[in-house]
This record gives sequence, C-alpha cells and structure tokens, in this order.
Amino acid sequence: MATAQSALHSATAHDDHEHHDNFITKYIFSTDHKMIGKQFLVTGIFWALIGGFLSVLFRLQLGFPEMDMSFLKPILGGWIDDTGALNPEFYLALVTMHGTIMVFFVLTAGLSGTFSNFLIPLQIGARDMASGFMNMLSYWFFFISGVIMFISLFLETGPAAGGWVVYPPLSALEQAIPGSGMGMTLWLIAMTFFIASSLLGGINYITTVINLRTKGMSFSKLPLTIWSFFLTAVIGLLSFPVLFAAALLLVFDRSFGTSFYLSDIYIGGEALSNTGGSAVLYQHLFWFLGHPEVYIVLLPALGITSEVIATNSRKPIFGYKAMIISMLGITILSFVVWAHHMFVSGLNPFLGSIFMFLTLIIAIPSAVKVFNYLTTLWRGNLIFTPAMLFSIGLVSFFISGGLTGIFLGNSAIDIQLHDTYFVVAHFHLVMGSASFFGLMAGVYHWFPKMFGRMMDAKLGYIHFWLTFIGVYLVFFPMHYIGIAGFPRRYYTWTNFEFSSMYTDLNMFISIAAILTFVAQFIFLFNFFYSMYRGRKASLNPWRSNTLEWTTPLHPGHGNWPGEIPSVYRWPYDYSKPGAKEDFIMQTVPLSATPESNLPHEQELVKLEKEIISEEEEVLIANESRES
Amino acid sequence: MYGFLIAIGILLLLSIVWMVYRIQTLVTVVKGSDKKIASGSNKVNAFLFVAFMVVFGALMTWYSIKEFDNYQLPIGSEHGVITDRLFWITMAVTGVVFIITHILLFWFPYKYQYDEKRKAAFFPHNNRLEVIWTVVPAVVLALLVISGWKAWSDITGPAPENAHVVEIMGYQFAWEVRYPGMDNVLGEYDYRLINATNVSGVDFSDKNSFDDFNTPIVVIPKGEPVIFKIRARDVLHSVFAPHMRLKMDAVPGMPTRFWFTATKTTEEMRAELNDPEFEYEIACTEVCGRGHFSMRKVITVVEPAEYKKWLAEQKPYIVNNPSLVADLPTELKELAEISISENK
Ligand code: HEM
Ligand SMILES: [Cu+2]
Ligand SMILES: [Cu+2]
Repeated sequence: MATAQSALHSATAHDDHEHHDNFITKYIFSTDHKMIGKQFLVTGIFWALIGGFLSVLFRLQLGFPEMDMSFLKPILGGWIDDTGALNPEFYLALVTMHGTIMVFFVLTAGLSGTFSNFLIPLQIGARDMASGFMNMLSYWFFFISGVIMFISLFLETGPAAGGWVVYPPLSALEQAIPGSGMGMTLWLIAMTFFIASSLLGGINYITTVINLRTKGMSFSKLPLTIWSFFLTAVIGLLSFPVLFAAALLLVFDRSFGTSFYLSDIYIGGEALSNTGGSAVLYQHLFWFLGHPEVYIVLLPALGITSEVIATNSRKPIFGYKAMIISMLGITILSFVVWAHHMFVSGLNPFLGSIFMFLTLIIAIPSAVKVFNYLTTLWRGNLIFTPAMLFSIGLVSFFISGGLTGIFLGNSAIDIQLHDTYFVVAHFHLVMGSASFFGLMAGVYHWFPKMFGRMMDAKLGYIHFWLTFIGVYLVFFPMHYIGIAGFPRRYYTWTNFEFSSMYTDLNMFISIAAILTFVAQFIFLFNFFYSMYRGRKASLNPWRSNTLEWTTPLHPGHGNWPGEIPSVYRWPYDYSKPGAKEDFIMQTVPLSATPESNLPHEQELVKLEKEIISEEEEVLIANESRES
Repeated sequence: MYGFLIAIGILLLLSIVWMVYRIQTLVTVVKGSDKKIASGSNKVNAFLFVAFMVVFGALMTWYSIKEFDNYQLPIGSEHGVITDRLFWITMAVTGVVFIITHILLFWFPYKYQYDEKRKAAFFPHNNRLEVIWTVVPAVVLALLVISGWKAWSDITGPAPENAHVVEIMGYQFAWEVRYPGMDNVLGEYDYRLINATNVSGVDFSDKNSFDDFNTPIVVIPKGEPVIFKIRARDVLHSVFAPHMRLKMDAVPGMPTRFWFTATKTTEEMRAELNDPEFEYEIACTEVCGRGHFSMRKVITVVEPAEYKKWLAEQKPYIVNNPSLVADLPTELKELAEISISENK
C-alpha cells in the first residue's frame, strides 16, 4: 500500500518537473534512469571502440611481427622506433589497457550500467531508481574514471603496463617498467572512481528492486533480466570493496614506503628495504574481486538472453525457478573459487585442491543454464530477430568457453595451461564474447524502447553473422596455440623453439580480428542512423509480455503517464494453450483469461478480484482528494 | 597518391553500400514484409545456423587432426604423461558435450523456425529433467576432479629425499641457475648481498655454499627426481618448461618449488622427433616487463652417468672468483681455501 501511495505521489511531482527540463538537466546531469542508461550505453560504445582499436594494434604486432609500423607514427609517435618496430613496453601497455577497458568500462559499466538502469524501473514498474541523484553520480564517477584512464594513454611513460591484473611488484616499482610510474597512478585513481561508481549504481539497483516493485510484482514474477541485474549488483557490492582495499594497499606500497606486497627485492642495482610483504596477498585480494567480476560481466548478459530467447521462441523460458536457483548458486559460489587463478602461484597445494573442488561445482549451475536454454528453443516457434541471433550466439560461446573452464579448473591440467593462450581463448569466449553478444542482444531488443524507432534488421543480420563467424575464427584457433604452450602477453614468440611455429595461424587470427573489428562499424551506422531515421516503432514490436512495453513510445520522466500498471502473472506466458494470441502481458489479470488459465491459476482468480477492487477504492479515494 | 586512390575507393565502396541499403529498405517497405512477424530472412538465418555448424565442424575436425603433432608437444617428464592423459580424457568428455549441445543449438533454429500455423509448446518446467541435468554433470565432474586431485597431490607432494636440487632464480630478464654442488645442499642467500659478482646473493659465510656453482644451462639426469627451487629477485616471473609440463611462479620473498622426473634425454628426444636441433626450454609465463618474451633457458637432460661426470667438472663460485670469500672471518676463510684447493 505504502509503496503505491508514494509512487503515486512522486508521479505528480515528476509531472511538474517535466516542463522545466532544459538541455543540461535532460541530457547531461539527468536523473532519469532512462537517460542515464543511454549515457552508459554511448560511453560504453565509445570505450569498446578504443579497446577494440588497441587490440587491432597488438594483433598487428602478433600477426605480422616483422611489419614496418612506421605508418602508425602519427598516432603512436615515439612508441614506434626508427626501424618501424613497436616498443615492447608499449605492447604490454596496450594489452593492459585493452583488458582494463573491456572488462571494466565496456562489459561492466557498458552492460550493467546500461541495462540495469534502463530496465529495472521499466520492468518492475517503478517511476525511477530509488535515488535518481545517486544514479546520476554513478554515471559521472564512471565518466571521470574514463577521463583519467584516457589521459593515461597519452603519458610520455605510457599507461599502466602490468597486465589488467596489475600484479605487484611489477606494478609497484617504477624501475621495473615505465608504465608503473604515472600511468599506474592514474590507473589506480581511475579505478577508485570506477569502484565508487559501481557501488553507487549497485546500491541503487538493489534498493530499487527490493522496494519499488509495482503491485503484484512479487520476486516470483520478476523477469529473469531483473533477477540477473539484482544478483549482479549484490556480487558487485560485496566484491568491489575488496578491490578497493587491494588498490589502497598498493597505493601505500607505491607512495608511502609500506611493504604489504613487497619483500626482498633487488632492482635497478639496489636492494630495496622492503621486507615481510607478500606478493601473493595481492593476488588473493585481486581475485576475490576478479573472479566475481567475471560473473558481474556475464550474469546480466545471461539475463538479457533469457528474456530475448523466451520472447522470440514464443515459449516460456524453461525452468524459471531452476534459472533463478542457478544464478543464486553462481552468485554464492563465485566468492569461493578465486584461487583457481593461482594454482601455480606458490599457493599451498592443499588449498589448491580445495579450490579445484569448489571450482568444478560452479560448472554445474552453468551447465543447467545451458540445458534450460536449449530446452526453451525446443519446440518453440522461433523468430530470428537480430537480438535472437545474438542470444543464440551467446549460448554457443558460453558452451565453448565454459567447457574449457573444466580443463582449467582442474589444477593438475592447469599446470600446463595457466598463462597460455588456452586461458585467453577460454575467457574471451565465455566472458568477452558471450557478454558482448548479450550487450548486442540487449541493444537490438530494447532499441525501440530507448529511441522509439527500429534498428534495421537486415543490417543486424549481417552484423551478427560477420561477428559470430569472426569471433570463432579469432578465438577458436587460440586453443591450439595454447595447447602448444604459447605464453600470454608475449611481444613475439620467435625466441623459443617450441613456440616458433604457427606464424601462419597467428597471421590468420590477426586478419580475422581486424575484419571483425571493421564489421562493428555496420552496427555503429545502424545504431546512430536508426536513432534519427529508423522506422517508427510500434508499442510492443516483439509482442513481449513485460511491463516496459506498456509505456508510451517515448516514456517521459516517470515512465507511465497515469497509474503504474499492476502485475498479475509471471512474464513468460507465451503460447499458452487456449489463449487467443501467443502472448499474454503481465498486466492482464488472470480473471480476464479464463480460457487459458491453468488449474492452480483458477484458484488465484478469486484473490486477484479482491486486489482489483481494493485498488479501485484507492483510485477513487485519490481522485476525490485531488479534486 | 596511393592514399588518395585508397580514399576514393573507400568512398565509392561506402556509397555503394549506402545505396544498396536504401534500396533494400524501400523494397521491404513496398513489399510490406516489415509488417510481417517473421520475414523471409527467418528461413535464411535458420539455414545459416546449420550451414555454420557443418562448415565450422568440418574445419575444426580437419585442422585438429592435421595439426595434432604440432600442438601436442612431446612429453619429457613422468607426471607429464599423467596430466596429459587427464587433459585428453577431459577433452573426450567435454568434446562429446560440445558436439551434442551444438548440434541441438544449431539444429533447433532450423527445425523450429517460425510458422504462423503452428503454436509453440507451452513447456515451462519439468523437475525430472532438471534433476537429471544437475546430477549427471555433477557425477561426471566429480570423477574428473577426483582423478585430477590425485594427480595434483602426487605432483605437489614432497620431493623424494634423493632429488637433485637446482635453484632457478628469475630476474629482469633472464634466469640464474645455481647448483648445490656435491653436498646437494644449497648455501643460504640474502637479497642484500646481491651485487655484480654475486648475482644470486649467495651467502658465502654458509659453508654449504662453498661448493655451489652456476651454469649457463640447466643440466639434469634422466630417470632421477629433480627439484627446482624457484625464487625471484625483482618482480614476479614464472618458470615454464613446456615439455616437462612444469610451471611455477617465481616470487620475490617467497621461495617456491617444483619437482619432477625427466623421462627422455635430449639426445633421445632428438632422435625420436628426428630434429637434431631440439632442446628442452624454459620460458617465463608471468608478465615481468620489457624482456618478458625473451627469458630463455635450455634444459639438457643426460644419462645419470654423464650427469655425474658433468657435475664433477663444474667449478664452484669461489674457485672461479676467490675474492668472494676474501672478507670472511679467518676460520671460515681457511675452510673455504681448503675447499678451493680441493676443487681446483
Ligand atoms: C564453467 C565454469 C568455469 C570454470 C570451471 C572456469 C575456470 C577457470 C580457471 C581455472 C581459470 C584460470 C586459468 C588460469 O589462469 O590458468 C579461468 C580463467 C578465467 N575465466 Fe573461467 N571458468 C569458468 C567459467 C568462466 C566464466 C563464466 C567466465 C566469465 C564470465 C570466466 C572468465 C574467466 C576469465 C576472465 C579468466 C582469466 C583471467 C585472467 O587470467 O586474466 N570463466 N577460468
Ligand atoms: Cu575465475
Ligand atoms: Cu616474465
């Protein structure tokens, strides 16, 4: 009751505001969750282009080690020497920045930030986030973080270069690599802002989902998208502070002479005074965030896919409860597997065994999810919208990359595979590509809601097929290279006999990577062109069940012009036997569909009638009060 | 000039793409297929999934078979045989899952593509199925983990008493190899003692270090356990001997170790592979800076008898450079000098 009242209240308040919006409050310092979502999306796309471009640069180096790169001098300046060779330290900086940007800026902020913001209020039936102001701060902290990281790209000593995991002592000692000077300082500051942004966002998502659900929207009626955003926010809230702690101790070691991570170091001709620190401590702290982080990146993508696959299969998602339980399982287990990244770090082998068992347990909920997706497709009536194609692609990557996780989670096998290209193949498929496809599926699916227009489907198909084939051509061959033992983060492999082969395969990968990158411009064109010139969308173009499709074409601040609709059923009533249409929206009361109700739903009809009448009373009471 | 031509070419290409796009949009509007629930593209996409599966499956099979000898590195250690077996068992299990799930994933789109006349099955849940596909993977994974755990415990268990000790120290950007000499006990070290003549910081006031020596390559006997004592002096490194299936991080301030038994001498491996150039190698697999990609060390595996001979020929640090013990207290110095004269 109380929620409904206050929601009503804020609706009228918002209506008053509407007229005063000027450019700045509407597009820049907006507190409207929809605009903030779009801000995250556009910023994420910007970063994806930067991150992708960096990868093209280092793929050129790996595919064509002999190449004369002088033509890049206008962009890279001194990082290309007089013979046209790329500086090996800058190579490491490229890899580091690529990883940081993609993991944090694109797949965390760009994915969670966009869709949690955009969809949570729309799908649970809320006027806005619990705190619009904090939400705005969340975006601007992310923005500042990005600005700082961007500046670090242009430092004379280069950006951070110790890998995206920035292990000390390398990242702590300027003598070890120039990127660990100013570049690393900026990395740490940028990440601090980023963590603050994530926490502000996460608190908001959690509060909103718990408190602002519309009438009837119980947790058991929430779309799986919301479940996934909710759990993602919980993971973030519990793990990002640990990254902050790790970063803070690193700051102390770098600037204030402490020895949290440093011990017994002789470098640059002198013995440092630090003793008693532990480099492995940092790894524990980092991966305590780092592993949950991979699920922060993946879960929203899985949530989006669940929604898209169900809608376009015209079929309920199979095993709604099992999907939720799997995600809960993943959420909890993701906190107890971190040391599988450290099997050969000098970790106590007994701990290694424990983490091997825990790691392979987490594969089970992942497997359940895959089987549920497959069963949802089975005997469906599939419509291949671009979003649907990307979702099917995601499932494929999730399988391919998830299976290689089973090798890596086995510590005995990981001895050989750790820090080789096998790991690179694993996480680019299961995390990178899968989440990227989730992001794309989300954009294609909710574009009509974001901008009131449709994206061009044919261009979407072309974009999908080029990207899908491209991703496999890039990352599948990396398995072979990894099994052959090629180490990660190598500037070139020609110094070793065991890795002096596969130059052709590496060239192939590089060409495929560049083509795949170029194919993304099809998407860019489609995105920005359709924003202004796309076909006008209908109100519910995918004939979907969830609440966001009950809003006007261009929902204002407050989302629904009148009353927020109530919810009477779960979001997956597709192709229900007896129903006239192949979908029934969540706002349709059970009492209105006696022809398709299941026996136990017939029971609920009585209860529902009571709620409806109660609601009408409230409405009447309100109206009389206002007039 | 070239740049100009390329620019014009790109411009032309773009404008053609643009025109095709516009015409295509107009055609769909005229035909009214943008109003349909599923346009003709639905069939095409459904078909493409199957085509993708067939083509990619064929490519994968062909390449995996053709390249097998290239990516499957020869195995040079006892535990390597075990971990490789685990690897290929896991490959078989996951391979079956990979193939079955992908056949379903790509065939369903074809089979169940949209048809106005059909209605999708309303099949929201089935507890039996969920239980089956929770329990079956759990059991399979448990079997895999248990075999992995056994192997892992054996590999990481204590080294046999008689294992030959070799110290490998990583630094930017090379490896320093130290042997304990005849006593098989390494002398103490301290990073504060490091200087140009004493790169590993060996503490020569420890008598055990009198017979320690360094070598440019790692020499080990075949068929006898060897333990690598691993450390780093500046940043993290990682000792990776791919043919030995051996990897262990080198951490400043925290010594690590890895023991193993080589199964084939370098000569035997050369004969087997028909490659007279073959060497066992060590590479670094923890990013450590500019020269990370060039930290190469060679391991030479020899017959035990030959190893003994080689060991006897090596000259300790203090023989090569008596000044290392010049500052020791007299008693120790005398001992050191005796040791020097014995080893000359
Ligand atoms: C099926 C369950 C999975 C298992 C058993 C598993 C296991 C592992 C293991 C053991 C490693 C460490 C490998 C090494 O460094 O030697 C690893 C690396 C990684 N995994 Fe997974 N994984 C699974 C699923 C996932 C998922 C779902 C994601 C992301 C969404 C993911 C992302 C990553 C990333 C990013 C790394 C590499 C981090 C780095 O070293 O830079 N994994 N995985
Ligand atoms: Cu992990
Ligand atoms: Cu290294």
